[in-house]
Order: sequence, then C-alpha cells, then structure tokens
Amino acid sequence: MDDQKKMAIIATKGTLDWAYPPFILASTAAALGYETQIFFTFYGLQMLRKDLSGLKVSPLGNPGMPMKMPFGPKWFRGINWNMPNAIQSLVPGYESVATVLMKQTIKNNGVASIPELRELCQEAEVKFIACQMTVELFGFDHSDFIDGVEYGGAATFFEFAGETDICLYI
Amino acid sequence: MEFDKELDARGLNCPLPILRCKKALNDCTSGQVLKVVSTDPGSVKDFAAFAKQTGNELLASSEAGSEYTFFIKKK
Repeated sequence: MDDQKKMAIIATKGTLDWAYPPFILASTAAALGYETQIFFTFYGLQMLRKDLSGLKVSPLGNPGMPMKMPFGPKWFRGINWNMPNAIQSLVPGYESVATVLMKQTIKNNGVASIPELRELCQEAEVKFIACQMTVELFGFDHSDFIDGVEYGGAATFFEFAGETDICLYI
Repeated sequence: MEFDKELDARGLNCPLPILRCKKALNDCTSGQVLKVVSTDPGSVKDFAAFAKQTGNELLASSEAGSEYTFFIKKK
C-alpha cells in the first residue's frame, strides 16, 4: 500500500527508562496503521538482547529522576530520596536497587514491561534493524539478540527513513 | 448502548489500552461495536485520536468516576 504512513526511529540508549519511548511509539504507530521500523545502534542494541535484565535505570547524574518508594503508606511514597552523586557513586548496588524499585513502580502504575512492549511491537510487525557496525564494535554476536532482527548499516536505514512521514532520534 | 464485544482495559496505562483495543478490533468484523472500559485519564484524548486516525468510529465516550467508557465501531 503506497499511501500507508511510515515512521522510522533510531534507538540509541541502553537504559530501562530510555527503552520505553521507542517501543511505546513504535507499537502505537503500528496500531494506528503506520509501517514502522526501529534502527538500533550503539547502546540501543541492549534493547534487542534476548536477556533484557541488563536494562537498568541510573539515578546517578540524573537530576530529573525522582527517587520514590513504590510501597508503604502514601506519605512515605511521596518522599523524594534524592542523594548527592558522590554518595550514590560509593554505594555498591545503588543502580540495581533503583532498577528494582523502578520496575515495581512501573508495575504499580499499570505500565507495560519492556519485554511486553517489545513483543507487542513484533506482533504488530514493527521491523527491527540492528546496526551491524556497532554489533561488531561491542563484541556482540547475532545469537545474543532475539529472532527476527535484521542487520544493516546506515544506508539500510536511509532506504526506509527517506520515505517516512515521521523520523525520530531517541 | 449495544455492543458486540467488550474490552476491560482498567488498570492499564498508555499505550496498552490503545494496543489492546486495536487487537480486539482485529477480531471484530466491519460494523461491529467494541466497548472499552479504561481507567487511564489520558485515554480520553487517545481514543478520540485513535478513531480519527484509523477510521474506526468513536460512537460514544463517557466518564463515570474514574472510569472511562468508549464505544468504537469497526470500519
């Protein structure tokens, strides 16, 4: 279908929080009838791994991130536990704890998990393209990634991106 | 209002109500009406936008307490 709308996204981030925008927008675009493609490059490759447990959220150096507890009474949940960077960096496992808390908050809010959103994208035939250059640069193997991923370079991206109505860099 | 299918999207947040709705519509035939109940305040605008862009008709959109109900007729 020639008049079908198209959207391309370049996904470059490899953290749990930044895995959301590409998958949310791509799955929604597909539901709205867009032909959609995501080009994963650099740290964005993390989002294509079979094992997504490496996606973490880091409050370190991220002043925009509220640190709130996903449990306890309302007054307790309202407290913002922001700590100075210097302290965060010295506490072992700080990122892992923040990630566990974030995943709980996500669940409490009825927000989909990343594996769920990725699956919804695949079901909706969103095309995933992994940047072959960064796959090699970071020492990944194609077997690290889920099935259905295509591998290509910048020219591959432009082939589709050049015909899109919406093109985003995330 | 009469409907052919019902989707409970309560407790789900953006973009899940829309994605589930799209899936449910796939199982409907043209002209059938899908009722969706959601608790996501953002879904009011989202369902209107979804209908406008996909050509499925939003027959009614209402709010009762913290629940939002939509009736969508499949294109």
